[in-house]
Amino acid sequence: MSNPTETDAAQERTAAPPTPPRPAEWWRSARRQWAAAAVLAAAACYAPFQLVPFHVFQLTMVLVYAVALLGLNLLVGHAGQISLGHGAFFAVGAYTAAILFDRWALPYPLTLPVAAGAAFLLGLAFGVPAMRLRGLYLALVTLAIAIFLVPLLKRFEELTGGSMGLTLAKPAPPAWSGLAEDQWLYFLTLVVAVAAFLLCVGLLRSRVGRALHAIRDNEGAAEVMGVRLSVHKTLAFAWSAMFAGTAGCLYTWVIGFVSPDSFTVNLSITLLAGLVVGGLGSLSGPVLGGLFVMFVPGIAQDINDAAPGVIFGLLIIAVMYVAPTGLAGLAGRLLRKIPRKE
Amino acid sequence: MRLSAIGCTALLLLAVAACGGRDQGGATGTATSGGQCQGQQTTGITDTSIKLGGIYPLSGPASAYGDIPKGIKAYFDYVNAEKNGIGGRKVEFVVRDDGYQPPKAVEEARRLVEQEQVFALFQTLGTPSTTATWDYANQRKVPQIFVATGASKWGADTEHPWTIGWQPNYISEARVYAQYLKQERPDATVAVLYQNDDFGEDLFGGFKRAIEGTQIKVVAEQSYEVTDPSVDPQMRNLAQSKADVILNVTTPKFGSQALAADAKNTKWNPLHIVNNVAASITVLKPVGFDNVQGIVSSTYYKDPNDPTWQDDAEMKLYKQKMERYAPGADPNVPYHTFGWAVAASFHKAMETAACPTREGLRDSVRNMKGIAVDMLLPGVTMDTGQGDGFPIESMQLMEFKGERWELFGEVIDTRKEFGPLTS
Amino acid sequence: MAGFLQQLVQGLGAGAVYASLALALVLIYQFTGIVNFAQGELAMFSTYIAWQLTAAGLPFWPALVLTLAVSFAGGMLIERVIIRPVEGAPELTLVIVTVGLFIFVNAAAGWIWTFLIKDFPNPFPAGALEAGGISIGLSTLGVLAVVGVVMGLLYLLFRHTKIGLGMRAVAANPESARLVGIRVGWTLALGWGLASTVGAVSGVLVAPLLFLEPNMMGGVLIYAFAAATLGGFDSPVGAVVGGLIVGVAETLAGAYVGFIGSDLKVGVPLVIILGVLLLRPQGLFGRAVVERA
Repeated sequence: MSNPTETDAAQERTAAPPTPPRPAEWWRSARRQWAAAAVLAAAACYAPFQLVPFHVFQLTMVLVYAVALLGLNLLVGHAGQISLGHGAFFAVGAYTAAILFDRWALPYPLTLPVAAGAAFLLGLAFGVPAMRLRGLYLALVTLAIAIFLVPLLKRFEELTGGSMGLTLAKPAPPAWSGLAEDQWLYFLTLVVAVAAFLLCVGLLRSRVGRALHAIRDNEGAAEVMGVRLSVHKTLAFAWSAMFAGTAGCLYTWVIGFVSPDSFTVNLSITLLAGLVVGGLGSLSGPVLGGLFVMFVPGIAQDINDAAPGVIFGLLIIAVMYVAPTGLAGLAGRLLRKIPRKE
Repeated sequence: MRLSAIGCTALLLLAVAACGGRDQGGATGTATSGGQCQGQQTTGITDTSIKLGGIYPLSGPASAYGDIPKGIKAYFDYVNAEKNGIGGRKVEFVVRDDGYQPPKAVEEARRLVEQEQVFALFQTLGTPSTTATWDYANQRKVPQIFVATGASKWGADTEHPWTIGWQPNYISEARVYAQYLKQERPDATVAVLYQNDDFGEDLFGGFKRAIEGTQIKVVAEQSYEVTDPSVDPQMRNLAQSKADVILNVTTPKFGSQALAADAKNTKWNPLHIVNNVAASITVLKPVGFDNVQGIVSSTYYKDPNDPTWQDDAEMKLYKQKMERYAPGADPNVPYHTFGWAVAASFHKAMETAACPTREGLRDSVRNMKGIAVDMLLPGVTMDTGQGDGFPIESMQLMEFKGERWELFGEVIDTRKEFGPLTS
Repeated sequence: MAGFLQQLVQGLGAGAVYASLALALVLIYQFTGIVNFAQGELAMFSTYIAWQLTAAGLPFWPALVLTLAVSFAGGMLIERVIIRPVEGAPELTLVIVTVGLFIFVNAAAGWIWTFLIKDFPNPFPAGALEAGGISIGLSTLGVLAVVGVVMGLLYLLFRHTKIGLGMRAVAANPESARLVGIRVGWTLALGWGLASTVGAVSGVLVAPLLFLEPNMMGGVLIYAFAAATLGGFDSPVGAVVGGLIVGVAETLAGAYVGFIGSDLKVGVPLVIILGVLLLRPQGLFGRAVVERA
């Protein structure tokens, strides 16, 4: 742990309080971290045997969204670039997997690297012009991409199934596992999500991560210090697209159906909103964001059956009031209030 | 890694919450079913109750369709309160919102089936949402009854016996217009405006197939996306074709825009055929009744705005009960009428079921013989059978005159005219 | 040739619609430095208010004046109530709040007025001017004229008034602006109020053409963004010119470029945005920002 407070610093700078209370040492100790990770892993592995299949499915979808948000977080939270088009990369991953299944009957584990690779290359291609854009303008370009993708998918009907979409068989659990379909899909997704999480952590701890933070914090200064802006910005975009494509591939496995209507601009906006609500630049933000994206629309309907959108919109605004740095920031603040026991 | 502890807490909390919700799902209903019904599924149905679940877009851009469940609820509330339910069973209708997003529809279908333990999925709206859920429904052997989409695959498919449509499918509707043109304008040139999705392609494709081998020719076609602000540019491009007929395959807002664009263009005056989805009075009124005289469409259920049905017993009942059980909802909105009609259809299907079981319902809706529903047009009945999974396949043409649609000609049974539909 | 000119004229008509909303976007960006995703929805909501007033029997023009006043007050209220609590938060937080506002306003309009389309009275006479085989609808001319007037007023406001000066100072650097005695909060509220008013004008202009329903402005928004980007987010003249160019380009591409057709023409704003940003990031009429590192 070269720099354990790196993510804290990211939040606190934006959170504004000039002298944040230092996190209790209690949470810092390496042993506690391992304990926390072990509890988390145990809970994640235990849950599908304890929950009804419907909830297992919901958790699987949370993980799918979390992987996409992990990538978006890399771009928005760590490189400071706004994308309103990550639904497009999500869709590219989903469609790549679906077409490989549908056309060439590729075994499903192989669709994952291809889908991730396709999204990565596309991200790289868009990253080249994108590196010249900043903030608002990048957001608008990516928004336009997300909108344009829907008619484009319909145009190449031979390949994509047009507006009818493609229906696919879901990966069947192998007999040796003794798992139900939902549980199998959950574990597949969990494995990929954990791998994506570790990869993301690794990236951020490497030179790449430090370069990205430097760019986000002060582009000019970073350049002067020898950070190659164009390379890193383009790569950040590509990495980020790759995670979104991976999530898209998982989505195809879990839902078994892709259609242009599944990937409208709403998805892109929901993803960005989910990330900001979850917490930018923090490691738990994507998971919390995934939970938000998955569960809050349902809660909104429970509150107001007639117009769920009214409640959903208000909830987004409300979270931003209570926690301008996202739920992760809020949780961090609450945890710090726990008195130190030593 | 302090933050992973937070994530961990969140997950644990979630797990606890989810486990809490687990117990309530365990109860399955039991209906007395002996003899031939032995061993069939009775989830969600008892001797005094029946639980149904529907999925509609209550939020997002397709929210207009969110009015349909209001009509359904009003019907069931009326039947529960005044008719002692369906055969003594009170109907509970649970509505969930999918925002017209297929993954959300999958989630809500699972919620309804696994957590709410519904007897059947009664209507999922839209082709994408229904396609995303029908594999699931059929694997679980849950009836997915009268889905609110006119795609032809619900009836033509043989691998999903648990899923069935209700409204005339779009191909049948296209056949009705083709039939009309063959009689009235046998050598017409046709310009087509269509929505670039499954609905538009199904109807337009059906039309193209129905005019094969005739003198009728499609000379221009333009599609639009639901995200387009306006179809004015498309209409202008179509006008250049100077076609004799325009076939307007649109959803309500774009239907109004297309009708208005046609009215504004005084140099091109084709016969305007508008599809049933956009033929409601609520679409025509904003355009101005003066501008839509003589347009042609087809229908299968009674329009609450049509004075023809002013004294119709069912229409009077509908308006009266809507006022009572859905106060605040305007009974003149055709979506409410649609909901009422489909709920009444379910009532009939349930009454004719041999067994009060999921299998019983599946078999009942797959073997309907001339079942009349009062909200449907006289002469339009529900018929299904071996190799025919389309409940309603008859429509009647209508022409707009004055301030209302006037039905003309006979009810056209597309099965008789064109043979059974196979895709 | 007449056909081509006719398409051109129609493109200008569509462009005027995009330009009208782009003006509101430019305005709010100038005052507050954020992109307001809810701008189109607020315009739609204002239009419903106007519709409600005329439906209640008020003649069109008094209803319009009342609507503009209500929109101005409503915009200021939104800034005070909804935006104020997150003032000073990261820019992205503000953007997400406007996304929340978008979802909220859209659903609220559907809740109050249902999703059925309403007919909105057209302030301009029906009919068209005919010349050389080309016809220009009087309502198109009317929209163009109103957009031109609003543009002129905004130009004057930005360049020649004290409010405009203060507003630019606030958007550029709120801290410094406060130090030199500008009432920052009040200026921001004024920005929201004015942008809502301009948005209301836009909504009232386009409603007779697109038909009023809660998703009316959703499709216009992306084109308006393209227009503002093309013209430069800090120039009302640019927004209008940008809107017209986007409208014409989209119409011509849809009509004459076979591969694009009417289904892919939504790609035109994408190409325009991308092209402009790569060649001239500040837009046609915008001023390049010199950043202090």
